[in-house]
Amino acid sequence: MGITKVRKNFHQARWDEPMIFELSTPGVRGIIPPAAEAEVAAAAGDVVGKLPESIRRKTPPALPEVDQKRVLAHYLHLSQETLGSNLNADMSQGTCTMKYNPRINEDLAMESRFANVHPWQDEDTLQGILEIYWGMEQIMKAVSGMDRFTLQPGGGAHAVFTAASIIRAYWRDKGELDTRDEVVTSMFSHPCDAASPHTAGFKIITLMPKEDGYPDLEAMKSVVGPRTAAIFFTNPEDTGIYNPLIEEFVKVAHEAGAVCFNDQANGNVLMGIARTRDAGFDLCHYNLHKTFGTPHGGSGPGTGAMGCREEFAKYLPYPTVEKDPATGRFYLDYDRPESIGKIKGFLGSAGVVLRAYCWAMAMGPEGLRETAEISALNNNYFMELVKRIPGVSAPYAEGHRRLEECRWSWQPLTEETGVGTDDILRRVGDFGLQHYWSSHHPWVVPEPMTIEPCETFAKEELEEYAAVLAQIAEEARTDPELVKQSPHKCATHKRAAEEELDDPTKWATTWKAYKRKIGK
Amino acid sequence: MKKLGLIVNPIAGMGGRCGLKGTDGAEILAQACALGAVPEAPDRALTALQQVAKLADDVEVVTVGGDMGAKEADAAGLDARILFTPDGRATTSEDTRRAAAELAAHGVDLILFAGGDGTARDVYAAVGDDVVCLGIPAGCKIHSGVYAINPRNAGELAALYLQGKVKATGRAEVMDIDEDAFREGRVSAELYGYLTVPRDAARVQGGKAGRTQKDEQALDEIAYYLFDVIEPDSLYILGTGSTVFGLKERLGVDGTLLGVDVTRGRELIAKDVTERQILELLEAEGGDKAKIVVTVIGGQGYIFGRGNQQLSPRVIEKVGRENILVVATKQKIAALGGRPLLVDTGSEETNALLTGYMRVITGYSEQIAVRVSA
Repeated sequence: MGITKVRKNFHQARWDEPMIFELSTPGVRGIIPPAAEAEVAAAAGDVVGKLPESIRRKTPPALPEVDQKRVLAHYLHLSQETLGSNLNADMSQGTCTMKYNPRINEDLAMESRFANVHPWQDEDTLQGILEIYWGMEQIMKAVSGMDRFTLQPGGGAHAVFTAASIIRAYWRDKGELDTRDEVVTSMFSHPCDAASPHTAGFKIITLMPKEDGYPDLEAMKSVVGPRTAAIFFTNPEDTGIYNPLIEEFVKVAHEAGAVCFNDQANGNVLMGIARTRDAGFDLCHYNLHKTFGTPHGGSGPGTGAMGCREEFAKYLPYPTVEKDPATGRFYLDYDRPESIGKIKGFLGSAGVVLRAYCWAMAMGPEGLRETAEISALNNNYFMELVKRIPGVSAPYAEGHRRLEECRWSWQPLTEETGVGTDDILRRVGDFGLQHYWSSHHPWVVPEPMTIEPCETFAKEELEEYAAVLAQIAEEARTDPELVKQSPHKCATHKRAAEEELDDPTKWATTWKAYKRKIGK
Repeated sequence: MKKLGLIVNPIAGMGGRCGLKGTDGAEILAQACALGAVPEAPDRALTALQQVAKLADDVEVVTVGGDMGAKEADAAGLDARILFTPDGRATTSEDTRRAAAELAAHGVDLILFAGGDGTARDVYAAVGDDVVCLGIPAGCKIHSGVYAINPRNAGELAALYLQGKVKATGRAEVMDIDEDAFREGRVSAELYGYLTVPRDAARVQGGKAGRTQKDEQALDEIAYYLFDVIEPDSLYILGTGSTVFGLKERLGVDGTLLGVDVTRGRELIAKDVTERQILELLEAEGGDKAKIVVTVIGGQGYIFGRGNQQLSPRVIEKVGRENILVVATKQKIAALGGRPLLVDTGSEETNALLTGYMRVITGYSEQIAVRVSA
């Protein structure tokens, strides 16, 4: 039996580390490779001379000149200043499905037989990875009920954009693209369900939630019609509320001729329990990163697996991975004239697909269902603990259980103490836990907190996180400045004047931009 | 050294606890006192000033004698320069106006005032949008967007603004309801104008959408969209309020903030019009090619009947429901917390015509479907 401990004496390293560019000393080298042997040099000839004149550098790149030992120390210091994945109970990034990434899958991805293959090798020498792609597609078909999948998109929003592009091609072929120019989504669907179709050229109409937390079906009926190209819905939504009327929404859309897309980025809790095809959807996507056990990746690499019914399969990005039934050989099919085209280099993030395949095969069908069940159980246990904390509420769907996550509101505590969610989430870091994620914008739930304690977290970890939140709520009442000035024990900075974060003249994301902006 | 102007309306909020809906006027104040009301504004002002007290060496407090600021500054440990001391036992709205005008003339960097909607109106009447102001919520009625979420946040934001850590400012609505009408069960809210307030979404009421897309950017998006869809031959009846005014500015229309203006395409043809003038224009041009552009006024969600009574039932019926364009930032819709948009046109038939669902334009090719009720 483990213990539940609130780490009141946690203290993170704070190295006051210079930028790598500031560590540069002219002439210092990290490694000096030996000169090539005469025979090798002769065989290679003038390597640089083989490059076209136009792409040859006239001056060397302005890279920092730092010795090997200092480079290693630099990045170790930086790594100690993060609270990264798998370091603690990183359940706090709600809607992200942060879960443990089994080490064995990392070992397999690092294994030379995978790590050293190149996508330009002949197909005959890539049969292993092609089989894994093909196998993963079969798993996704079983999970969703769809007919085909592409594993090319590099993330969730990219998969949603792929779906929007397919829907655009579909209406173009029917000659209705000029009139079918609207997409309907809901406020608590992921914002990419609005942003990706918007980028694909559609006009977006968003439905507000009702008190029960479901999108407003009457509002949907008022906007869906001959101009509707598609609906893009997440279910369960980011509140953790499952919309049991989803078939009604799909029916209304289909009756108006519209296409139905289901964002299953929150689908961790439905695997083996409910299939998006059975709810009537035409297209959908899942995140292989996160949901299927692969690392979050910090903005990549990821894989948004996008599936569809047969009717839309001809538009899938090329190449698709096919299996020759006669020989059992796997091959890449580029001959797809109606495809929306290439959407990612080579096959996408093969390392993510490999890890996800290994994870799904290890779990098996029963394991996927157990994943869903335990993630719902964990969330509901966690909710019972958090509900006891005075000052926090769970808006919408009063009296109903949530599925895999909940969007909480600290509004009562904020009204009482002036301490808001932005203060509380920073203070969480002082207890050695990752700060939690508040919400997408705009904040429909005031002072929001979104936590998704999925299946890999132990009971003790759920209790620790809830105890930390209770501790901070108590501090907000007794010593609000302590919370407002936090974090105190983290490497991260104290709260900056927020408007400066919105001012591009005040920050820089590259050294070059920094030098330009401060005029050096 | 920065100068902080301070005004406390000592009687603000006294009517609220006794169910009197407000404390405007001597008679109501007497009733409130008879019912045992005690002043709450001084304590609320003190809570805010305690946040400013940390800057005591860098800020000069300028205020009014007695109950209108001097006592509170003293209690917070702040030395204050007193401009005048009102005579008479109970302070009046005239005292607030005089205080605001003198503080403005004195050149203060910020006027921090404790009160409710009535106090905000008085400050606005005296200084318009020339001086940056911020309200400490202490009144019965807080419909105006010029108030911080609570007294503590008011003090914090005032301190950040005086230190130069928050520099942005923006317009915030000064609204008030007619207390007499409200006591009789009727709500009659008017938009009186806009005060300039420090802009910090986390601390000012109505801006509860977090640190997110700025209003300016949201208005840019909506304006770009209208720019692309405006028909050059159609009449556009552009409503009141800062959102529509922001669009007027972006579309190059020299319109008014508190008035209704009419354009043909993007060309201004009539400014600050009355209902009669709108009807005449519709008569001359034909109502079927006209469109009304309105926004959501105030936190309650009104699109008709608050601050835009020129857009009367006759105007609305002539233009037709399908030609009404409602514009608002996403934050404003989110801040409604799922409550419907409201209409109160004075005609039940027109209200019925407007209820149902409307698409609110929130960005370029972006809309939110929101329920409208009467």
